[in-house]
Amino acid sequence: MFLQLLANGLVAGSVIAIAAVGVSLVYEILRIVNFAHGDYLTFGAFVGVAANVRYGERMLVATIVAIVATALLALVLEFALWRPMRRRGAGFMSLFITSIGLALLLRHVLFLVAGAEPRSYAVDPFKVYVVGSVRLGGSQGAAIVVGAVAIVLVGLLLARTALGRKMRALADDRALASIAGVNVDRVVVYTWLLAGALAGLAGVLQGLVQASFTPNTGFQLLLPIFAAVVLGGIGSAYGALVGGLLLGVAMELSTWEELAGGVNPVYKPVVAFVLLIGVLLVRPQGLLGKERLL
Amino acid sequence: MTLLEVRGLTRSFGGVRAVDEASFDVAAGSITALIGPNGAGKSTLFNIVSGFLRAERGTVRFAGRAMQRRTPHRIARAGLVRTFQTPRALTKLSVLENVLLAAPHHPGERLGRVFATPRAVRSHEAAAEREARRLLELVRLDRHADEYAGTLSGGERKLLDFARVLMTEPRLILLDEPMAGVNPTLGGQLLEHILELREERGVAFLLIEHDLDLVMRASDTVVVMNEGRILTVGTPDEVRRDERVVDAYLGAQG
Repeated sequence: MFLQLLANGLVAGSVIAIAAVGVSLVYEILRIVNFAHGDYLTFGAFVGVAANVRYGERMLVATIVAIVATALLALVLEFALWRPMRRRGAGFMSLFITSIGLALLLRHVLFLVAGAEPRSYAVDPFKVYVVGSVRLGGSQGAAIVVGAVAIVLVGLLLARTALGRKMRALADDRALASIAGVNVDRVVVYTWLLAGALAGLAGVLQGLVQASFTPNTGFQLLLPIFAAVVLGGIGSAYGALVGGLLLGVAMELSTWEELAGGVNPVYKPVVAFVLLIGVLLVRPQGLLGKERLL
Repeated sequence: MTLLEVRGLTRSFGGVRAVDEASFDVAAGSITALIGPNGAGKSTLFNIVSGFLRAERGTVRFAGRAMQRRTPHRIARAGLVRTFQTPRALTKLSVLENVLLAAPHHPGERLGRVFATPRAVRSHEAAAEREARRLLELVRLDRHADEYAGTLSGGERKLLDFARVLMTEPRLILLDEPMAGVNPTLGGQLLEHILELREERGVAFLLIEHDLDLVMRASDTVVVMNEGRILTVGTPDEVRRDERVVDAYLGAQG
């Protein structure tokens, strides 16, 4: 049972982690707390379902279509919304409120276009992999594998490539990075493309593991995503990854019966936030966040 | 030969002309000092030339090309590189990465090519890393190459600034009070680097500096600013004898 819950936790955690690293990157590099990120996820899930169900594409193809479409959505919004606002000197609060408005807009456009009824991908819900004592549905298994691959790739991109170095530099000191010759606007574009692509992927995975989803799905996931970012340490992309996985696992394990009977699954999000508060009391900077020093 | 040509630069803040019709030249391979009392507009002028502020009027030409509408990174890539007054470092990058960041023309910057030609990227990276390590050796920070830049002291960050600036292969370096808050040993080392670079690579320097003794010893040309305007331009000797300069300094203090 423990292993089964651990596996379930990794499934939930992978989705949260993939989304959270995008939120974290956007916050670090653009100083935008993107309240609309959950709705980027939903957008990806719906593009995926359109490709998969309406046009009958295989799930792999549908996922790629969703990733590309969501990355493009993020890109279009950078040029249409975020960049013009930056140029006009919009402050942190204006950007935050704008993102809330954008979240509402995206969600309700999806309601208008796609309707409120739950959607599902055309996958076999009865396909089950058995690994030892753990039983995982095909979607769950895919979520763990794809999640792990995506996490490793993002980690390598940040740590090993020149682009990753530039992203970290911009997060640190934008003016200094620019006099070192870093093209700020270009790195920002890549950041949105990456965050959008990851959101599209997370959206499809969430739609798969939840079996069905509505235009509210991404928004409902937003609080755990933000919690993962804060838990891992604001301003640390690696922290967001760790925070996401940890939250997913903690939420699932909390329902374990041998753990003082386990909590009612309804209260799983409460467990996430108790964990968050507990960690922040001990480490206010989050798990991997740096203590502020001047 | 004129490397930097500033003509009629004007910029106001709330009705105060911080920089007022400023015009002067910096010759290639020269050391030019920009002096003046506090509030004379030196930092504003630096910010305009380096692309951090827009001028209301006037032009900045560098190596014959107009700079005044360019973003800071394009100005830096053109070979006109500034430093900040308080030394800043990218604290979450290693010391080596701080320098590598400034390497010109990264093929790895384009996402597609990261995957398309890994070998070309890697050999470019290797060459850049060799150059970065050489520069760190030059400023005697090579022992710290793999530490986070956040662990460096203020003085060491000044040296790191220097290495990073050199990595961009500059033709003109703008130094904002390089000697401020620097102990005499480090100050001597910095001055040595400045003179050496001018000698060996023909790099020109434009520096804001309050240590007039140093200015008079090291610079070829002195530009004096006061209340946003260029008061006079001349050799250290000419400026020293100029009574208006003395008045500006005494007036500002009185």
